[in-house]
Amino acid sequence: MDIKLSHFNGGIHLDDHKAESLTQPLQLASLPEQLILPLKQHIGEPDKPLINVGDRVLRGQLIAGSSSPISAPIHAPTSGIVSAIEHRLVPHASGQNANCIVIDVDGKDESIEFESIDVSQMQAADMINHIRRLGIVGLGGASFPTSPKLSRGNDLGIHTLIINGAECEPYITCDDSLMQNQANEVIRGISYLQRMLTPTKTLIGIEDNKSKAIEAMKLALQSQPLVNTEVVSIPTIYPSGGEKQLIQILTGKQIPTGRLAFDIGIFCQNVGTCAAITQALELNQPMMSRIVTISGDGVHQPGNWIALFGTPIKHLVGLAGGYVQDGLNKSNNTQQNLVMGGPMMGFSLASDEVPIVKASNNILVMQQQLIAQKPGIHDECVRCGKCAEVCPAKLLPQQLYWHSRSKEYEKAEEYNLFDCIECGCCSAVCPSQIPLVQYYRASKGEIRATQQATLKSDRARIRFEFREKRLLLKKQQEEDKRRLKREALLKRSAEKKDNTQAIDPIQAALDRVKAKKGMKVTEQKNIEGLTAGQQKQIDEADARRRAAREQKA
Amino acid sequence: MIIAILTISAMAGIFGLILGYAAIRFKVEGNPIVDQIDSLLPQTQCGQCTYPGCRPYAEAIANGEAPINQCPPGGQATVVLLADLLDVEVLELNAENGDHNEVPLVAFIREETCIGCTLCIQACPVDAILGSAKHMHTIIADECTGCELCLPPCPVDCIDMIPIKQTIDDWKWSLPGEVLAGIESSSALAKEPAHGH
Repeated sequence: MDIKLSHFNGGIHLDDHKAESLTQPLQLASLPEQLILPLKQHIGEPDKPLINVGDRVLRGQLIAGSSSPISAPIHAPTSGIVSAIEHRLVPHASGQNANCIVIDVDGKDESIEFESIDVSQMQAADMINHIRRLGIVGLGGASFPTSPKLSRGNDLGIHTLIINGAECEPYITCDDSLMQNQANEVIRGISYLQRMLTPTKTLIGIEDNKSKAIEAMKLALQSQPLVNTEVVSIPTIYPSGGEKQLIQILTGKQIPTGRLAFDIGIFCQNVGTCAAITQALELNQPMMSRIVTISGDGVHQPGNWIALFGTPIKHLVGLAGGYVQDGLNKSNNTQQNLVMGGPMMGFSLASDEVPIVKASNNILVMQQQLIAQKPGIHDECVRCGKCAEVCPAKLLPQQLYWHSRSKEYEKAEEYNLFDCIECGCCSAVCPSQIPLVQYYRASKGEIRATQQATLKSDRARIRFEFREKRLLLKKQQEEDKRRLKREALLKRSAEKKDNTQAIDPIQAALDRVKAKKGMKVTEQKNIEGLTAGQQKQIDEADARRRAAREQKA
Repeated sequence: MIIAILTISAMAGIFGLILGYAAIRFKVEGNPIVDQIDSLLPQTQCGQCTYPGCRPYAEAIANGEAPINQCPPGGQATVVLLADLLDVEVLELNAENGDHNEVPLVAFIREETCIGCTLCIQACPVDAILGSAKHMHTIIADECTGCELCLPPCPVDCIDMIPIKQTIDDWKWSLPGEVLAGIESSSALAKEPAHGH
């Protein structure tokens, strides 16, 4: 295949600082005393813990999961006792706490038995199910669960599979190290992706500053050839590793605004994910660890380590020879100099107690603060236009800045704010050192919050209107009931009237009284068979009554 | 002359028929301006505007019976949006209707105190309270608009309004200047005890 490379707009050349962390070979990180596993290490719904505090868990045991399709379960990376399920500091730009499972490591590293599976017999759907069950997420940085992405790609049909080994951000070498050390696993992972997605061609894009990785990958591809698959060396320019940028470099195609790669038949996956897929499908082992780069001038021996998820960063800094500056590990000092991710897109960490998660590719320890900590204090925009020259998404960063600053979010959206990939090129070249990306992130957050609020108020309106309708209906029903009752009463009394019309009511009443009186007279009882004494007593009493009546008269 | 008059009259007649037909054929159901105003209101249905819900208030605004500054939950932002929509002057939020709460609130029933009288259920404008007579009631937090209408009818005062806690999922970046303001105020707070010593 002859690949014609194209180029995206702008981009910048940066000092790559990659040699530092490649001086020592890839090592296995030792077991820490404690693992802290956040329940949300992926994009989508957070997992729910499936174990209780006090339980003993084994390596590979499922400890948290969710029924949501966009989620990935979490497995215990080693054996130990679950000591807590509580809020702990997690690696997040907000510096906030989130729910975590804490495992006190017992050091025995006992494993559950991984049932052997035969990947050669598996259908695409089975493979995707397996990938879901074993908690695989994209290791490129966004941690999107791999299985829903695969099923969607499978449904839509893919013609080009792109494997991202560009790793364009300075300091980060975890993918480089992976390709140098586990190229065969990566290539086998690609072969499984090809079986699931059946693309017509596969391109593995690697920046040309990683000659050893390119060589290793080419060698691995020679030993296990794949149809229409090629390792492509691409020029080193930041941000060539952005999904949209890499696609443009390799295929010349641009993804339309608001669409995704598979809408144009392209599927992009990171090299690390390929290796994880191999592990899942061949060994039936879940995602439990990843390669992490520890780099920067703040540690003595930068390098790459295979670290278990949940390993506190402090532990890895210790393996990297510790902090160069003594005071650096004090919590108030580390805040500004510890970064998760690279210097362009990473975020400051609040403490070195936070754990490595599925998304952690790099920990940067710097002696000087790298990410501006005095945002808000910057020179005014001089309208030089350098930001627009370097913007890989071909946006107008200046316009976005003005609109974000004056909170004109609608206008910012009109200028395609949501196409911004937050790569930081504009901020890096800005002569006034305006933290442009932060303005964009704030605007995006504000717009999303407004959308959420609108959704909520729409729901409230529907519920309110439904309630009004229900109350009205109830009122009507009650009124109907009352009306019917009234009508029935009227009808009944009218019927009665009909029956009694012939008789004069007064006469009838008099008759009734008379009848009663008559009855009283006839109803004298016990007057038969009286003794002479009794008769005499009665007569005397009658005489008394008569006398009394006469006296009264 | 007569031909001209006849022609003009005939044309007027034809156009009249067309317009008359169009008025029937393309008749707009309801009042669109009321819908537009209603969509800008926060739908808390709290009645602080003195109207029994957001839609009645929208109708009152559309009829020119009510000013646009009577919605405390919407705050000044809603006043500005309404002024934009109706092309009228922006007013200050009317303090008589109540204060705007920056942090959204949600009602919470202290269930051990609740006697199950159902009065709050009848008061809730969005059916966000669950329960039945002599059984404990509870609030569906996701549906609660924070309107506080359930507070006055409660005979045992067991409903609290609590601010909705911001979590890692709804956290958002703030504008650079605002972060600075936050840092300044928090550092000022931190300094206060030091001054005291």
